[in-house]
Amino acid sequence: MSSTQTRIGTRTRRRPGSAATMRRVRHAGSRVLIYAVLILWSFVCLFPIYWTVTTSFKSAVDVTQAHLIPWLDFPPDWKGWRSLGLSPDTIFQVSDPRAEFLGRFANSVITAAGASLLALLLGSLAAYGLSRFRYRFGPMRNDDILFFFISQLILPPVVLALPFLVLYRELALLDTRIGMVMIYTLTVLPIVIWIMRDQFNAIPLELDEAAMVDGLSPWGIFLRIILPIALPGMVAAFILSLVLCWNEYFFAALLTATNAKTLPVMVASQTGSQGINWWSMAALSTAAIFPLVLVGIFLEKFIVKGLATGAVK
Amino acid sequence: MDSSAATISPPRMLPRRDKPGRRHLGRALIAVATLGLGCVVVLQILHASGGSILGFATWLPVLYAYIAWCVALGFGQVMTRGEQGRRALFVLPAALFTGAVVIFPTLFGFYIASLDWNLSAAGGPHFIGLGNFIALFHDTDYWNALANMVFYVAAVAVEYAIAFGLALLLTAEIRARKFFRVAFLLPFMLSPVAVSWMIGKSLFEYRFGPVTDLARFLGWQTPAFFAYPWTARMGIEVMDAWVSIPFMMILLLAGLQALPREVHEAAKVDGATPWQSFWHVTFPLMLPVSVTALLIRIIFKLKLADLVINVTSGGPGGATDTVSSYVYRVYSDRSNVGYGTALAMFYLVLIVVLLTLLLRLTNRWLRRLA
Repeated sequence: MSSTQTRIGTRTRRRPGSAATMRRVRHAGSRVLIYAVLILWSFVCLFPIYWTVTTSFKSAVDVTQAHLIPWLDFPPDWKGWRSLGLSPDTIFQVSDPRAEFLGRFANSVITAAGASLLALLLGSLAAYGLSRFRYRFGPMRNDDILFFFISQLILPPVVLALPFLVLYRELALLDTRIGMVMIYTLTVLPIVIWIMRDQFNAIPLELDEAAMVDGLSPWGIFLRIILPIALPGMVAAFILSLVLCWNEYFFAALLTATNAKTLPVMVASQTGSQGINWWSMAALSTAAIFPLVLVGIFLEKFIVKGLATGAVK
Repeated sequence: MDSSAATISPPRMLPRRDKPGRRHLGRALIAVATLGLGCVVVLQILHASGGSILGFATWLPVLYAYIAWCVALGFGQVMTRGEQGRRALFVLPAALFTGAVVIFPTLFGFYIASLDWNLSAAGGPHFIGLGNFIALFHDTDYWNALANMVFYVAAVAVEYAIAFGLALLLTAEIRARKFFRVAFLLPFMLSPVAVSWMIGKSLFEYRFGPVTDLARFLGWQTPAFFAYPWTARMGIEVMDAWVSIPFMMILLLAGLQALPREVHEAAKVDGATPWQSFWHVTFPLMLPVSVTALLIRIIFKLKLADLVINVTSGGPGGATDTVSSYVYRVYSDRSNVGYGTALAMFYLVLIVVLLTLLLRLTNRWLRRLA
């Protein structure tokens, strides 16, 4: 009965029921299962994003009827983007919502990038020092100093938020970008130090010693020899900081009012007033997540690579 | 700061003795800078308390003075201690920064926590010592929020299991690995505030959200996710898991990729089933990475606030409240700065104690296994 063979799905001419066939069937079954789970989880990950992006092109009726597929289910419409002043017909006109959006966007870029760069600078220096030299500060040795830096990660934002509110008011730093850069730097500094120290530890000490024999100072060694090697790890640390800073809401909600307001605060403030404007909320959310989605798509390999040395320690 | 002596680990090539004159100059520089900083601080305190007309409108100059002092300290280190000072310069900036923006505000926070200070009340702040901390013990909302935190933290175990499963899938021999990796990572890139709208307010929408449609299809007649305590809590947890599972997944994936390949081949030769080879080989080898991933995830979970604030504002009836979102409301609705800070400080002490215990236990446990 050759039909059983084809039904089981083997292409070879082995007899049905033989051990090899069984293994093959089980193998094929597990392949199907693996791909089913992979596709299911991709759907779970991507559907909310898809829903948000398509909703920004829906008119009111299409939102409430839960239409899903553009052109097939509903005619795409620029409504959401028009309300932000970013649709093709409004892009060259003066638009208040667009001006506000671009202002918030610029704030987000400046605070997130500024804080990530500052954290990377301070963190890489400290991590290199801790991985290469022995320090003593009172009773604290290298490991204690490292633990001191990394333990800052525990600090919940809520602990610092109110003291910072009072301090920033006295320092005239409330609602300024500099103030936000400082506070975001401190929230990501522990992560940068954690990643970078493992990066530097993975670089053999012989390189430093060889460079020292050549007469380079510690700073020369760090800048000319070590830094270029550690660059991929630095990119990973930078991206991770960028993600955390760009998405931060708690501090931004408490410490900014008008000048330094970031995108998450703007997104959050839209939902409260006058019900929900579906299409404009969708457009705003899409615009707010867009930059990091791009970062995720194009720089994903750096993140895994950078954490690879960090995670195994 | 003098004791932050950088002892030299590699042997020095040329034991260079710095001139004593330079050393004295360095010490003088540090002394002058410290004196200057002290003067500015004292002057400003006097000015703020009304004792002196001289002074600045804001405390910003004190910050500048601190920065100047830091720079002087750096120069002073190099001048007095030469090579060792130059090495100290690596760690000094981060240490001074952390001291200024973490240590000082935290201590200041404990001071605020001892004040009866309501921004909307007529009188200014006044000292009540431990009053806020005593009031906190009778605050059922706060203890309710703490109880919710137990649920949220416990849910990390489920997140971990899913993340581990996904990481294993991504290391299996599959096509389009790059696509799946990027797709699985994307939720981590999204801002929780956007997610709270995208999922919480849109997909879970009662009338026409796709998820509620699905729930109706599956037989739940009134799928109002955020109207019942347990479904609301689960809803928040699902969103938080959605955003943060990718982070754990990446850590575990990185760990899996670093595992030596031979052990798996050896297990296969010995005739181990895939489950046996996972449970007896992969999982034990992955324990250190798992502990790191779990610890970091728990730490981040303890900060959970933005989703709750934006989706449910703690409701229904405080069922979804986290400590952070509750304190946020104490501050933003009631302007109760002193009490809110006391709640936060108590929370800080609690989690520092618990995390230290957890760290000790896992360390001891890992060492016994090794």
